[in-house]
Amino acid sequence: MAQADAVPNKANAATDASPGQPSEQPEESNVPSSADKVLEVSDLRKYFPIVRGFFRRQVGEVKAVDDVSFHVNRGETLALVGESGCGKTTTGRCVMRAIEPSGGGVLFRKRDGEEIEITTLSRPDLRAVQQHMGMIFQDPFSSLNPRLTVLEIIGEPFVTRKLIRGRRQLEERVAELLRSVRLDPTYMRRYPHAFSGGQRQRIAIARALALDPDFVVADEPVSALDVSVQAQILSLLKELQTELHLTYLFITHNLSVVEYLSDRVSVMYVGQIVELGRTDAIFERPRHPYTEALLSAVPVVETGKAGRRRERIILEGDVADPSNVPHGCTFHPRCPYVQDVCREEEPQLIDLAGANGSQPHFVRCHFAEELDLQGVRH
Amino acid sequence: MTQAPLLLSVDNLATHFFSQEGILEAVDGVSFDIHAGEALGIAGESGCGKSVTAQSILRIVPKNGKIVTGEISLIQNGETVDLVQLDDRGQEIRQIRGGEIAMVFQEPMAAFSMVYTIGNQITEVIRLHQECSQDEARERAIEMLQRVGMPQPEVTIDAYPFALSGGMRQRAMIAMALSCHPALLIADEPTTAVDVTIQAQVLELMKDLQRDMGMALIVITHDLAVISELCDRVMIMYLGKDVESAPADVIFRDPKHPYTVGLLRSVPELGEGHSQELDPISGSVPSPYRRPTGCPFHTRCPEFIPDVCDVHMPPQIELGAGHRVRCHLYVQD
Ligand SMILES: Nc1ncnc2c1ncn2[C@@H]1O[C@H](COP(=O)(O)OP(=O)(O)O)[C@@H](O)[C@H]1O
Ligand SMILES: Nc1ncnc2c1ncn2[C@@H]1O[C@H](COP(=O)(O)OP(=O)(O)O)[C@@H](O)[C@H]1O
Ligand code: SF4
Ligand code: SF4
Ligand SMILES: [Mg+2]
Ligand SMILES: [Mg+2]
Repeated sequence: MAQADAVPNKANAATDASPGQPSEQPEESNVPSSADKVLEVSDLRKYFPIVRGFFRRQVGEVKAVDDVSFHVNRGETLALVGESGCGKTTTGRCVMRAIEPSGGGVLFRKRDGEEIEITTLSRPDLRAVQQHMGMIFQDPFSSLNPRLTVLEIIGEPFVTRKLIRGRRQLEERVAELLRSVRLDPTYMRRYPHAFSGGQRQRIAIARALALDPDFVVADEPVSALDVSVQAQILSLLKELQTELHLTYLFITHNLSVVEYLSDRVSVMYVGQIVELGRTDAIFERPRHPYTEALLSAVPVVETGKAGRRRERIILEGDVADPSNVPHGCTFHPRCPYVQDVCREEEPQLIDLAGANGSQPHFVRCHFAEELDLQGVRH
Repeated sequence: MTQAPLLLSVDNLATHFFSQEGILEAVDGVSFDIHAGEALGIAGESGCGKSVTAQSILRIVPKNGKIVTGEISLIQNGETVDLVQLDDRGQEIRQIRGGEIAMVFQEPMAAFSMVYTIGNQITEVIRLHQECSQDEARERAIEMLQRVGMPQPEVTIDAYPFALSGGMRQRAMIAMALSCHPALLIADEPTTAVDVTIQAQVLELMKDLQRDMGMALIVITHDLAVISELCDRVMIMYLGKDVESAPADVIFRDPKHPYTVGLLRSVPELGEGHSQELDPISGSVPSPYRRPTGCPFHTRCPEFIPDVCDVHMPPQIELGAGHRVRCHLYVQD
C-alpha cells in the first residue's frame, strides 16, 4: 500500500454522505505538502523470529509491526496509541533504526529539505542522521548511566561527535540545555541518583534535545512518573515544542495524554494501524470499534457535570497474540460488531475523508462507514 | 437511608520504619471508618503511605517497621477486635487474613506461587478458613472462578499461574481473595499494571462482586478516576497524613485541600480537548527522611501562608458531614 495520507479517497466514491454528520470545512485547507513532512513511513515491517531448541531453529515469527504507513508533519505531534504489545515501541525504534526493520521505508526530511532514506543507510551515515533525531524513554531510572555526571550525560553527544572542543563551551551548552528543561544549571556536577524521577526525565529530555533535533520519538515518557510530575513533564514537552519547533512521535497507552498532546493519532492493534487521523475528529467520532472501546474504557472523574457519564463498552478477552493473529480482521474475536465477513476477509486501511470533511481519516474496518460509534463528549 | 453497621474503624494509626538513616514516618496519624458494603478509595502519590496503611490493617508490615500508635477495630457480629493488639503471627490474625479481610495486589504474580496450580492455591485458602473436604473446596474454587468470569473454569483451575494471560491472572487472584467471602477486600493498585481494556473489565467485575456479595472495599490507587468509578468515600494521603477525607461526590465536585486540588488539575481529562490547561503541582514529594516542618505540603503549596504553614502542623478540621481536611486555610478563629 502507498503512503497512507497520499491515497485519494477511493472509499467513498459511491457512498452517500452520512446523515446527521456535521460536515467540517469542506475546503482543501491545511493539508500539508510533502515538503512539510519530516517523516514518511511506508509499509514498515518488523517480524521477530521465534526460535526453539539447541539449534535455534525458527518455529514461527512475531509480527510486531506489519505493514505500517504514516507520515509526521513538521511541527506536529503524532501519537501512537494502543494496548501493550501492539507494536508501538517497535515502530518507534524501527523509525530511528535503533533496531533493523524487516521491510519497508522510512524517508526522513531534514529542515533544509534534504531527503534521506533511513532504512538503506550505512552505519556511519546513519549515525550522522541520528543526530537530527532525539529519543526519550519511559524509565528515567535505567536510561541514565549512574556513573556519569549530568554534564557527562548531556554533553556526551557533543563529545563523541566532536562538535564542541573546549570544556567551557561544553559547560555553557549543557547549562543552557538544563535551563531549557527548567533545571538549575549548577546541578550539572551531580550524578543521576541525586535526582527525583521527574528531574531525571528532564535530564533525559535535555540529552535528547542536545543536538537540536528535527524530530523526537518519546516512548511513554511519563508513564513511570507520579501524577503531579507527569503533568509537569507533559506541560514542558508542549512548551518545548513551541519554543524549539519540535516534531514529536509520541508513543503512549494513555488516551487522555493523546488528547492533550497530539494533533493526529494513529491507533494500533496487533502490529497494524486500525485508525489514523486528526485526534479531535477521532475522539469526537471514532470510526473503528477498537478505538471506540479504548475511549470508552478510560475511567473519568465524576465531577457532577451533566452528561459526563458514558455507556461503557467492555471488551472480552485479551489482545491477540502477534505470533498467531486471528484470521480476517485481527480484532474480530473481541469486536462487538463482528459479522461473518470479518472472520474471513481482512479489512484494508481506507480513507473516509469524503464522509468526514476534508481531513484524511483512515480506518481498517469493513463497516467503518455504517457504524455509528461513540466518542468522548466535549 | 440508614447507615450500614460499622465494619472497620482506624483511629490515629501511625506506622514507622526504623533504619540507620533514621525514623521514617510512613503512616502518621491516619483515621477512617468503613461501613459494611461501603467502598473507600485511598489516593496519593507514590510513597505517601497507602500500601503501608493496608499492610498495617492486615498486620503484614515488614519487619523493620512497627505500628507505633493507634487502633484498628474490626467489628463483626457485635464483637470488636483491635487488630493492633493481636500477635501478628498468631492464630487470630491468620484467620482474619483471607477470611474476614482479603487483599489483592498490583502484581498477580505476587499473590501466587509459580509451582502450584491456581486450583491448588485457591483450595488451600478455602480449607484454611472453612471446614470442608478437598472435593468441596475444589467445587467452591470452580464456582468462584466462574463468578469472576474465568473462561472454562473446570479446565483453568488446573492451570499454572504463568500459563494465564495478564487479565486472567488478575481474575484468578480476585477469585482467590474472594473465595472465603470476606467482609472487606483491600485492593492495592489492582489495575495499575494492566491495559485500559483489562482495567475496565476488572473495575466492572469489582463493582458487580461488591454489590452481589455486600462486601466492603478499600481501593488503593494513584488514579483518582478509578476511585471515582468505584468508591463512595475518598481519603487523600500526603507524606503519611490523611490530608482530606470526604464522600466521593463532594471531593470531586468541591475539593478543599490544595493537594487534592492540585492532583485533580494535574491529569489531562478525556473529553476536555487539546487546549485544556494543566496546572501541575510544582516540585516533587520530599524525601520522607526530610519531612518539611509544619504542614507537610507547604514546600509545594500555592496557598502557602508564611510563618504559619511552615511552622504549625495544621489541625484536622471538620467541614461538613464526613468531610475533613488538614489545612490552615480552613481554621476559623
Ligand atoms: N526483541 C524482541 N524479540 C521478540 N519479540 C519482541 C521483541 N520486542 C518486541 N517483541 C514483541 O513484539 C510485539 C510488540 O512489542 P512492542 O513494540 O514492545 O509493543 P508496545 O510498545 O506497543 O507495547 C510484542 O508481542 C512483543 O512481545
Ligand atoms: N519495608 C520498608 N522499609 C522501609 N521503608 C518502607 C518500607 N515500605 C515502605 N517504606 C516507606 O514508607 C513510605 C510509604 O510507603 P508506601 O505505603 O509503600 O507508599 P505508597 O503510597 O506508594 O503505597 C515510603 O516512604 C516508603 O519508602
Ligand atoms: S472489520 Fe468487523 S470485526 Fe473488524 S473491527 Fe470492523 S466490524 Fe469489527
Ligand atoms: S496548611 Fe498551608 S501549606 Fe498546608 S495545604 Fe494548607 S495552605 Fe497549603
Ligand atoms: Mg512499548
Ligand atoms: Mg503502594
